[in-house]
Amino acid sequence: MADILQLLVAGLATGAIYALAAIGFTLLWQTSQTINFAQGEFVMMPAFLVLAGMTFFNLPFWLALIVGFVLSVLILGLMFKKLLVDPMIKHGVLPLVIATIALGLLLKESVKEFYSAEAQAFPPLAEDVTIFIAGAAVSAQSLIVLAVAIAAVALLQLFLARTRTGRCMQATAQNPAVARILGIPVERMILYTFLINAALVTVASVLVTPIYLAKFSNGEYLGLAAFIAAIVGGFNQVRGAIVGGLLLGVLDNFAAAYLSAQYRAAVPMLILIVVILFRPQGLLGRVEERTV
Amino acid sequence: MSARKLLAFAAAAIALAVLLVAPFYLRPYGIYILSLWAVTSIAAIGLNLTLGYAGQISLAQAAFVGIGAYIAALMTTNGLPFYAAYVAAGLACFAVGWLLGYPALRVQHHYLAFVTLAFTTLAFLVFRNEEWLTGGIYGITNIPRPSVFGWPMRRAINFYFFCLAHLALVAAATWWLIRSPWGRAFVALRENPVRALSLGVDTRRYTLMAFAIGAGLGGISGALYAPLVQFIDPTPFSLYLSFNLLLMVVVGGAGYFAGPLVGAVVAVLLPEWLRFTEGYYLIGYAILVIVLMIFSPTGLLGLADRLTRPQSKPVGGTVDPVAAEKEAVS
Repeated sequence: MADILQLLVAGLATGAIYALAAIGFTLLWQTSQTINFAQGEFVMMPAFLVLAGMTFFNLPFWLALIVGFVLSVLILGLMFKKLLVDPMIKHGVLPLVIATIALGLLLKESVKEFYSAEAQAFPPLAEDVTIFIAGAAVSAQSLIVLAVAIAAVALLQLFLARTRTGRCMQATAQNPAVARILGIPVERMILYTFLINAALVTVASVLVTPIYLAKFSNGEYLGLAAFIAAIVGGFNQVRGAIVGGLLLGVLDNFAAAYLSAQYRAAVPMLILIVVILFRPQGLLGRVEERTV
Repeated sequence: MSARKLLAFAAAAIALAVLLVAPFYLRPYGIYILSLWAVTSIAAIGLNLTLGYAGQISLAQAAFVGIGAYIAALMTTNGLPFYAAYVAAGLACFAVGWLLGYPALRVQHHYLAFVTLAFTTLAFLVFRNEEWLTGGIYGITNIPRPSVFGWPMRRAINFYFFCLAHLALVAAATWWLIRSPWGRAFVALRENPVRALSLGVDTRRYTLMAFAIGAGLGGISGALYAPLVQFIDPTPFSLYLSFNLLLMVVVGGAGYFAGPLVGAVVAVLLPEWLRFTEGYYLIGYAILVIVLMIFSPTGLLGLADRLTRPQSKPVGGTVDPVAAEKEAVS
C-alpha cells in the first residue's frame, strides 16, 4: 500500500509536468492548427536560459528565473509565432510540421554547441526532504512540483473562464470565423495562446530540470510524452491534456515498477494506439467536424 | 518539347552523368555517402508514394527500413542468399504496411501521423530489447555483401553501382506505377477522397495499397542498407529517421517524382558538405530547412517549378503537382 502511494505521488508529479507541456500543445492546435513538433525542445530550452543567466551574468537564481521566463516568452512565444508560424500557416499543416521538426533540431544543436553537451545540475525550487505520509516516503519535491503545476493550471483556467480576454480566446478556438464577426481581434488572441504556451513550457522546464538534469537531448522524451498526453486526453480540450498528462505519468511510474523496465516506454505507445483506434477524439475530447 | 521540358531533361541527364562518373574521383568515404544517398532515396520514394501521391502522412518509414535491414541481416548472416533476404524484406514490410494501413482507414491527417509515430517507437523498442533476435544494442556484425553473377561487391565502388542499379529499378517501377490507373487513384485519394469514392474508386483498397507499397520500398531500402554498412544496431532506425525521411520528401517536393531524390541530397549530402563548419553543421542545416519551408512550402522542386513556369498562369487554377511534374519531366 505504501509503495503504491509512493508511486502514485511520484507519477502524479511527473504527469503534472507532462500535462503543462500538453496543455500548451493543445492550445496551439486549437487556435492555429499548429502541431508543434519542437514542444519537447521548448521544455528543454528555458532551463538553459536560466543557467546561462546564472553562469554568464552571475545573476542570483531568482533573478535568472525571471529573466529566463521573459526571454522564453519572447523567443518561444513571440518570435516563434511571428517568424515561423505566421509566414507558413496559410500553406497548410505539413510545411509547418517540417519547420517545427527543424526548429527542434536547431534548438537542440544550439544548446549543445553554445552551452554544453554535458548534463548540468539545476537548482531545485526548494531543498529536497522526504516526508512520510501513511508510511510512504514521499519526496517534498514531488509535492512542490504538483502544487506549482496545479497553481499554474488553475490560474490558466481562471484566466480562460473569468476574464474577457480569456473568453475571447475560447471563442477564437471554437470558431475563428464567428469570433471575427463578433469583433474579437482573432490575430491577437492567437498570439496570446503562443505566449501562454511559452509560459507553460517555462514552468514545466523549471519543474522538470532539477529532476532530470539539464541536457540538450531532454526534449526528445518530453516532447513525445506531451504529445501522447494531449492525444490520449483529447486534442481539443484543456481538461483532456491534464487528464492525459496525469494518466501517462502515473502509468509510466507503475509500469517501471511492476512491468519490465525495458518496455516501460512501450506502455504510453500502446495506450496511444488503442485510444486513437477506438476513441480518436481522446478520452475527453469532442468529435471534430470533418471539413469534406 | 517546351523549354521547361528541355531544362528538366538536361538536369536529369547531368545528374545521371555525375552519379556515374563521380565515384571514380571519390575516396571510399565519399562513395559510402553516395551509396547511402541511393539507399535512403529508395525509402524516400516509398514515403513519397504514401504521402506525396496518396496523401497519407506516415511516420512509420524508419520502422520499415529497420525491419527490412534486420531481416536481411539475419538471413544473410545465417547463410541464406542475399536475394532471398531482399525479397523477404520487401514482402514482409509490404504485409506489415498493409496491416498498418487499417488505422489509416479510420483516422486521418495528424492522428495518422501519431499512430505511425507510435509504431516506429514500438519497433525501435523491439530492435533494442529482443536481444536473442536482434542482438540488442550490440547489433549484428559481419553482414556479408552479395556477389552478382560471381562479381564480388566487397569493394565500395562496386556496391555503390549495385545500390544505384536498384535505385534505378525502383525509380522506373514507381514512374510506371504513378502513370498507371493505380497512381491516378492514389492522387484522387489525396485530392478528394469522398469524390474518389463516388466515382467508383475503391478508396479502402487503394489506401491500404499506398501504405503497403510505400512500406515495401522501405523494406527494400533496409535490405540494401544492412550490407552497405555491414553492421546494424537499433540507433539508425529511431523516430529521428522517420522525421528525416518525411523532411526529405517535403523539402524535395512531395508529389513530385524526383522530389525524394532531391530531398535525399539535401538530407544526406548537404550535412556532409557543411561539415567544414564543424559542430555547427546541423544548426546550419536546420536553418536552411526552415528558410526553405518559409519561402517555398512545396519544396525545392516546387520552387523550381514556380521559377520556370511561364508568366501567363491560368487564373484561379490550383496547381496539381502531378500534372505539373509530368509536364516538366516527360
